[in-house]
Amino acid sequence: MQFMLLFSRQGKLRLQKWYVPLSDKEKKKITRELVQTVLARKPKMCSFLEWRDLKIVYKRYASLYFCCAIEDQDNELITLEIIHRYVELLDKYFGSVGVFLLFTLLEMFQINHSYTIMPINVKPVFSLVFLQVCELDIIFNFEKAYFILDEFLLGGEAQETSKKNVLKAIEQADLLQEDAKVSANCFLCVPIPRFM
Amino acid sequence: MPAVSKGDGMRGLAVFISDIRNCKSKEAEIKRINKELANIRSKFKGDKALDGYSKKKYVCKLLFIFLLGHDIDFGHMEAVNLLSSNKYTEKQIGYLFISVLVNSNSELIRLINNAIKNDLSSRNPTFMCLALHCIANVGSREMAEAFAGEIPRILVAGDTMDSVKQSAALCLLRLYKTSPDLVLMGEWTSRVVHLLNDQHMGVVTAAISLITCLSQKNPDEFKTCVSLAVSRLSRIVSSASTDLQDYTYYFVPAPWLSCKLLRLLQCYPPPEDGAVKGRLVECLETILNKAQEPPKSKKVQHSNAKNAILFEAIALIIHYDSEPNLLVRACNQLGQFLQHRETNLRYLALESMCTLASSEFSHEAVKTHIETVINALKTERDVSVRQRAADLLYAMCDRSNAKQIVAEMLSYLETADYSIREEMVLKVAILAEKYAVDYSWYVDTILNLIRIAGDYVSEEVWYRVIQIVINRDDVQGYAAKTVFEALQAPACHENMVKVGGYILGEFGNLIAGDPRSSPLVQFNLLHSKFHLCSVPTRALLLSAYIKFINLFPETKTTIQEVLRCDSQIRNSDVELQQRAVEYLKLSSIASTDVLATVLEEMPPFPERESSILAKLKKKKGPGAVSNELEEGKREGGELNGAGERPGDSSSTPSPSADLLGLRSAAPVSAAPPSAGSLLVDVFSEAGPAAPAASVNDDGFLRFVCKNNGVLFENQLLQIGIKSEYRQNLGRMYLFYGNKTSVQFVSFTTTLNVQLKPVDPLVEGGAQVQQVINIECITDFSEAPILNIKFRYGGALQNLSLKLPVTINKFFQPTEMASNDFFQRWKQLSQPQQEAQKIFKANHAMDTEVIKAKLLGLGTALLDKVDPNPENFVCAGVIQTKSQQVGCLLRLEPNAQAQMYRLTLRSSKDTVSKRLCDLLAEQF
Repeated sequence: MQFMLLFSRQGKLRLQKWYVPLSDKEKKKITRELVQTVLARKPKMCSFLEWRDLKIVYKRYASLYFCCAIEDQDNELITLEIIHRYVELLDKYFGSVGVFLLFTLLEMFQINHSYTIMPINVKPVFSLVFLQVCELDIIFNFEKAYFILDEFLLGGEAQETSKKNVLKAIEQADLLQEDAKVSANCFLCVPIPRFM
Repeated sequence: MPAVSKGDGMRGLAVFISDIRNCKSKEAEIKRINKELANIRSKFKGDKALDGYSKKKYVCKLLFIFLLGHDIDFGHMEAVNLLSSNKYTEKQIGYLFISVLVNSNSELIRLINNAIKNDLSSRNPTFMCLALHCIANVGSREMAEAFAGEIPRILVAGDTMDSVKQSAALCLLRLYKTSPDLVLMGEWTSRVVHLLNDQHMGVVTAAISLITCLSQKNPDEFKTCVSLAVSRLSRIVSSASTDLQDYTYYFVPAPWLSCKLLRLLQCYPPPEDGAVKGRLVECLETILNKAQEPPKSKKVQHSNAKNAILFEAIALIIHYDSEPNLLVRACNQLGQFLQHRETNLRYLALESMCTLASSEFSHEAVKTHIETVINALKTERDVSVRQRAADLLYAMCDRSNAKQIVAEMLSYLETADYSIREEMVLKVAILAEKYAVDYSWYVDTILNLIRIAGDYVSEEVWYRVIQIVINRDDVQGYAAKTVFEALQAPACHENMVKVGGYILGEFGNLIAGDPRSSPLVQFNLLHSKFHLCSVPTRALLLSAYIKFINLFPETKTTIQEVLRCDSQIRNSDVELQQRAVEYLKLSSIASTDVLATVLEEMPPFPERESSILAKLKKKKGPGAVSNELEEGKREGGELNGAGERPGDSSSTPSPSADLLGLRSAAPVSAAPPSAGSLLVDVFSEAGPAAPAASVNDDGFLRFVCKNNGVLFENQLLQIGIKSEYRQNLGRMYLFYGNKTSVQFVSFTTTLNVQLKPVDPLVEGGAQVQQVINIECITDFSEAPILNIKFRYGGALQNLSLKLPVTINKFFQPTEMASNDFFQRWKQLSQPQQEAQKIFKANHAMDTEVIKAKLLGLGTALLDKVDPNPENFVCAGVIQTKSQQVGCLLRLEPNAQAQMYRLTLRSSKDTVSKRLCDLLAEQF
């Protein structure tokens, strides 16, 4: 994989991970072009497209587009499932806190115009997977989203595909964080038991 | 604030993010960010030392700002400080910042590397992983230099934690990709390969990516991985869906690892060991069988994971291309997918079938799906799927279905998306030419193409139709009649006017007998389009008019009048004006005989590879399509190249399409018949006192397959060479280095081509440079000889060297598919066209080395052409000024006997012979 981008329906970049050396200028250009191309596609279209000499694999989850660029010999379907597994990881990690967060934030912003949340997110449908993780989790906890990605993919290749093992690694890190006894150690997202 | 953000810790960050999100405009956002940046800057610069926590918070804010798309030019030092914190979160944020905002400041890099080094040796697995992630994310050369030696050790050490091994493997992969020269596996190779046997599935998953990449580069060193991979795959494929616990994904056991294993196997030919091969074939069969079983879950994740493995298995089957049974089964499976309700599967099935179509075993099986594919082209709602369908039609096309496929593609063109029209046009043009049985069909097809999609018909396409019409007598009358009819349309595309003008100018006489297309009618028809056309087309039409004067004397006065009118003879465009003036003059003063000679029908174009193929470049993914493509773009019309001799003719060469080739009247024989201009007087100026060095040969042969290096060296002098070639032109840089401490005086070099003189003094220890421009006029066997004379301490030194300019330097690689290759091979069957040598290997018979040499030769190395995978086949065209010589090469190594058989076929006997001689010395 050469890079992964997460962006919103409005075309705002939420996460970017580059596995090939490129200048900032090139990165911006690629991002701009690709966001445009992907957003222009209709819902039922196929998830793959050719772009320059790369293959783009993308999928939309709620208001977020997950978009990977892979090379010619790479497998499109398995990349689609890489995206899915990443979403699952985010979902599991942010979990119900995500939903909790959502409600407070909704209140706070009074459904501000600047972001969109799929209606399904507003309803507390906890049993539905992957819809709990929302764009806001990734915005407010962007560093966590990067850490989880690093545990899952490294150098553009799957490093650990077991959900349990990835989360274990991240949770261990969170424990270390607690141990450090920094009074203000809270990222927005704190392990689940505190809130639910 | 959201209630979750307890404490006042990273609360600052959350407040800031909320602020940004609340900004109503871009300006407001920028204002807020600038305020924050000023704040952070003052905090960093302030007298009060910041505690780790505040540093972390500010660094995190900077990161957020950067990720929003703003530039960040400070904070690196603070981030680096965080690396050495012993608080995990601070370290983590520090690493994240460093990974995202890579900085090339060398002082910083030293500090970062130090911090990484400490963490790597900390024996704390969490810290080690963080450090490894950072190296993998940055992957710079500096990091490779610092850590490429250390990481393999971590990877294979017995006491390394599994999670660290995983990170180490992929970290190494990243470093290998950026700096392969620094990552030396050497002694670790076998232990790395054996990671495939590791208990921990995660370790295998990570390690296999590294092994695959290394195997591609050094297949021999890693070949033991094949049997390990097969047995691992076999264990996974035959396991129950619950056996692998958390590595089972939606009831599919280890899909990622399975795909990677199948991918690794694609780096190698089928296993030679019968047992291993049998086991592998069994696996592939099981995978194909599973595709037929009812799904274990309705979730799309289940079917995606399962099919990902299936497609990878099919890719392996196609790669082996040796199991007809599996190939046909694969094809049938894909056939089912062609009608699947999932768009993704239809897309992939079309893509995968493209490669199947090029295998002799499955080509026929693919063809049975033609109706489905045509239907897909017509009904798919997604343009990218339609494009795949068009690709597949192109790949499955052969003589038996060409008419149907071309007709379908043409009719699709009428409604095709703009984005793919140009490519479609090229494909139609190529198929029409390749499978034309009768050329009237070909002409019809191309004219239809111009009619339907004129804007997308590139120069190559219409040049080509003219080239073919000129070369084939049997189609000229038909072509003239058809273009004449096509031009009747009230609105016709400019490209149609160009083709019409050219063809009527050449062959209008063939239809002039019919009063409905009498000369004057033809002229009036063409001239009615004149005013709507662009300058290049008008220029072409003017040339067609002068040709008319020659073909039909009765049109002379009418045409002269047209040429004489102010809008021509005083046209503001210099090219048009010049043509009008010259043609008018030519038609009035030249006798009929002169006119007939000057305006004679164009001679046939030399047969050669269609330039359209070059145009349809690799945009297309894998498969048959790309196999046929020529490397590199050679636009600019070969047709022009053949017809036009720029330079010495009296009129200004213009980029406009001068197809009528008036300039080609200049005698081609201006070029000396032999390699004369390249050759050199050998000893004519050799001083009598000088020890007459014999011509140095051995350096010369080393440069047949490479362009740069040291040509000659003795105690006094070293001569280095750098050279580059393009088409029939080359440039060579010679570097004369004085190895002594004494100056060389009267330093001269001679070559009977123009040579810019070198500085006559070469200081001790200094180097002077000389540039030679080379043009290949015609093929040649003798190399130019460079004579060097200088005085060293009073003694005259004399040196003669063969310059490593060999005919192969002017190769243009030509890619072609297997059947094309053999067709051409058969065409060159006259005994003198072939040169063959059987010789003993002088070097180790290493496949990669041989490949590198053949590529260095300048030809295209054709994959999957020769039925015997051990053999090498190459194709290329030698570009000389006077002609192009197509060459085909076959090298058959015999490892047991340590012998090679080399066969060359080309359209010119001297070329075959020379190449054969040159190459026989290389292996």
